[in-house]
Amino acid sequence: MSSDVMTIQSAAASGRPWTEVLHEWITTVDHKRLGILYILYALVFLLIAGFEATIIRIQLMRPHNDFVSPQVFNRMFTMHGTTMIFFVAIPVLFGFANYLVPLMIGARDMAFPRLNAFSFWLTALGGFLLYFSLLGGNGLYGAGNAPDVAWWAYAPLTSRAFSPGHSTDYWTIALLVSGFGSIGTAINLIATILCMRCPGMTLNRMPLLAWLNLIMAGMVILAISPLTAAQVMLSVDRYLGGHFFDTQAGGSATLWMHFFWIFGHPEVYVLVIPAFAFASEIIPVFSRKPIFGYPVMVGATACIGFLSLSVWAHHMFTIGMNSYANSFFAITTMAVGVPTGIKIFNWLGTMWGGKIQFRTPMLFCMGFLFQFLIAGLTGIMLGAAPFNWQLSGSYFVVAHFHYVIVGGILFALFGAFYYWYPKIIGRMLNEGLGKLHFWLFLIGFHLTFDVMHFPGILGMPRRIYTYEPGRGWDTMNFLVSVGAFVQGIATLVFVVNLVISYFKGAKAGNDPWDAWTLEWSVSSPPPTYNFASVPTVASRRPLWDLKHPEDPDSRYE
Amino acid sequence: MHRTTHKTDWGVVVGRATGILVLLAGILFAAGLCNATPQDNSVPSIFDSHSTPADSIRHLSLFVLSITGLIFLVVFSLLSYAVVKFRSRAGDTEREPAQVYGSTQIELAWTIIPILIVVVLFLATARVIHAIQDTPKPAEAVEVTAIGHQFWWEFRYPGLGVVTANELHVPVSDSSHPTPTFLRLLSADTDHSFWIPQLAGKTDLIPNRVNETWLDPHQTGLFLGQCAQYCGTQHAKMLLRVYVDSPEDFKAWVQRQQQPVNEDAKEAAGRRVFERTACLNCHAINGTNGTGRFGPDLTHLMSRSTIASGAAENTAENLRLWIQNPDAIKPGSLMPAMKLSDAELDALVHYLETLR
Repeated sequence: MSSDVMTIQSAAASGRPWTEVLHEWITTVDHKRLGILYILYALVFLLIAGFEATIIRIQLMRPHNDFVSPQVFNRMFTMHGTTMIFFVAIPVLFGFANYLVPLMIGARDMAFPRLNAFSFWLTALGGFLLYFSLLGGNGLYGAGNAPDVAWWAYAPLTSRAFSPGHSTDYWTIALLVSGFGSIGTAINLIATILCMRCPGMTLNRMPLLAWLNLIMAGMVILAISPLTAAQVMLSVDRYLGGHFFDTQAGGSATLWMHFFWIFGHPEVYVLVIPAFAFASEIIPVFSRKPIFGYPVMVGATACIGFLSLSVWAHHMFTIGMNSYANSFFAITTMAVGVPTGIKIFNWLGTMWGGKIQFRTPMLFCMGFLFQFLIAGLTGIMLGAAPFNWQLSGSYFVVAHFHYVIVGGILFALFGAFYYWYPKIIGRMLNEGLGKLHFWLFLIGFHLTFDVMHFPGILGMPRRIYTYEPGRGWDTMNFLVSVGAFVQGIATLVFVVNLVISYFKGAKAGNDPWDAWTLEWSVSSPPPTYNFASVPTVASRRPLWDLKHPEDPDSRYE
Repeated sequence: MHRTTHKTDWGVVVGRATGILVLLAGILFAAGLCNATPQDNSVPSIFDSHSTPADSIRHLSLFVLSITGLIFLVVFSLLSYAVVKFRSRAGDTEREPAQVYGSTQIELAWTIIPILIVVVLFLATARVIHAIQDTPKPAEAVEVTAIGHQFWWEFRYPGLGVVTANELHVPVSDSSHPTPTFLRLLSADTDHSFWIPQLAGKTDLIPNRVNETWLDPHQTGLFLGQCAQYCGTQHAKMLLRVYVDSPEDFKAWVQRQQQPVNEDAKEAAGRRVFERTACLNCHAINGTNGTGRFGPDLTHLMSRSTIASGAAENTAENLRLWIQNPDAIKPGSLMPAMKLSDAELDALVHYLETLR
């Protein structure tokens, strides 16, 4: 049946003019197509932002290098950070959520398909606006410029006095517009998960991926809203003579910091919780065991979500808060380690006593587990406020959060690509290229980000376009740069794999991994309507029940 | 069957490779720390501290590092063990392993133990926060107001009537007779951050806000740092030098800084250039009509070993270059190119060289 559906689609596609196909993709409200659009969009920006990182690393390969000017360097790290967070990480995770959540809860689409499309196109417009600054940033000059205020855009550097021209405005409007898109998608996910589950799928039987995305969506609403408000305030300052952040007229620079980090810290968890979700689906399947401690996994994630709303000022330990405030944010920050630790141990419990198969998705999840452990521990160090006074704003912090975002989130995300690509495309990704991608990326990652901790300990601040020789930073920076190139090559292997497998990959069939959740019960790729008849489930692993009628999960839950 | 053998190999390789990488990281770390303790303080390592607040932070850091290191070893070993021990093997039957759904006791254990660890870490942290932030200022403390500018540091000693830039002088502090330096931190424009890793953690300089920090160095010498909060184009070359002087040297330095400016008539030509051009809009020299505060005070320019906030050595050549084309040293700095004639430039540099 699966091949029937595919033949019909491809025959139909090849028989029509490309304009019609394009029109269909642009006007689509299908959650699967929108999911794919989100993912493709994010992949394009991943390559762009990766290219910007390469420029940064070439410049820092040796002291007093003059590969690019300070102005260009400052734009590169601003664009790299902004792009990676807002136009790579968020869209790609929303893409997977869009694609997978309805399939996994037995729904035929998202709750609000048109809002879904609207949200995607808002996000897409945001990314376009950010990069349009390269043409229109200076307004009058024709040859414009990208923003150079760093991705935190701390006040008062963003005021008209220090950022003339329009580059900062493009940054503001890009985030404002894509912020509305994110909020739309979050509302949609919440409504879908709460209202569209198939018969029998109680909250207690929902796949962890759906649970975690529900928590993520709640946090998006809580986190992105203040950021969006702050962007409006900044525009009021810049164009309507407001003084929220204008320190020369009595405004407050720290007000922006609070707004930014009440967004910024939950944002980390907005990104990492979907990564947890991938790991929580992939690790059980490749360990051949159900997730260990399902209720605790849900509880711990909710707890992380809740705690993460009370830790934002640990990004601001150096701004001169009093000792009570510093102590408060130190304890809340360290407390996040407890539910995070529970999650790591529960994944360990899932693997324990299993029969672990090291296919590429599982390899990436193992990378995720080990690296996220280290990222969590350096996070505890940064939570100890006095230690933070030394490490904050240094390359140690840069290494720490890249450990979270690359070592944790990106590794889990690559795992998700290898795991669900067969479902989305109908063909397997090449396993050999997958393993080459994994090992190359692992080596590059550790070379770059393990080494990067040390210049920070030796006093090297972040966001400097060059540095003085003789401070013990030279060799380390060189190694970091070499590692970055290795990661770049590994990413190209991944892209090649995506393209080659699209045409030449082995046919996947409905259920290539012998998995247990509903998306594997339909054809690959799934039909437009997802389910011919709406399924009914009796446990957390409906396909396990189907495959093992003698020993169904429903007997134990 | 063939596929299963492959799986086995990868399991072992993952464990070993990760082990090797961690080992490598450890070696690098050790190398970094050894590297960090040469005699001349050229490597500003946070673990090579020479001042009371930096010492307290170092002690706390080592404590936190050892606890997190221990956690790492335990969890890493467990994970590696699981990866190697429970990988599917060549001879496996097709049967699924025992399906285990959870265990309340075990999950309770790995909730409570981390809570206890967090409590211990927090108590140690809170103690150091309090010790550093709530230390009363002794009467003997030297007071300095540090003002961050795009892209240089202004230092004013209100009790001593001294104004200087980029190179802070403080007295060494003897534990039997402590003379710590207390700094009020202000900003004239954007956010900056004051960071001398070997002397204290960083504190930001934020416009419209007064912050404080203190140093209590117990070793003389030059300590390096730089601005640690992105403040604009030339954030990278907003370098910072702190000279910790013996009490006698510090006293001598203060006396020299308090001297009125050299009033030699022979230098009048250069002085006229200074007073007649845009120099005096931004720079002050005591005894001239230049009182600008956008740029560093030049009254005792030649007592400083660097110019452009540490970006270049303070030599006649660099002064000429800096005046004519600041972008050659520090592209994007706010000092404009002065476009003086050769004669004017000669006179001006000659005059500046007398400002000792």
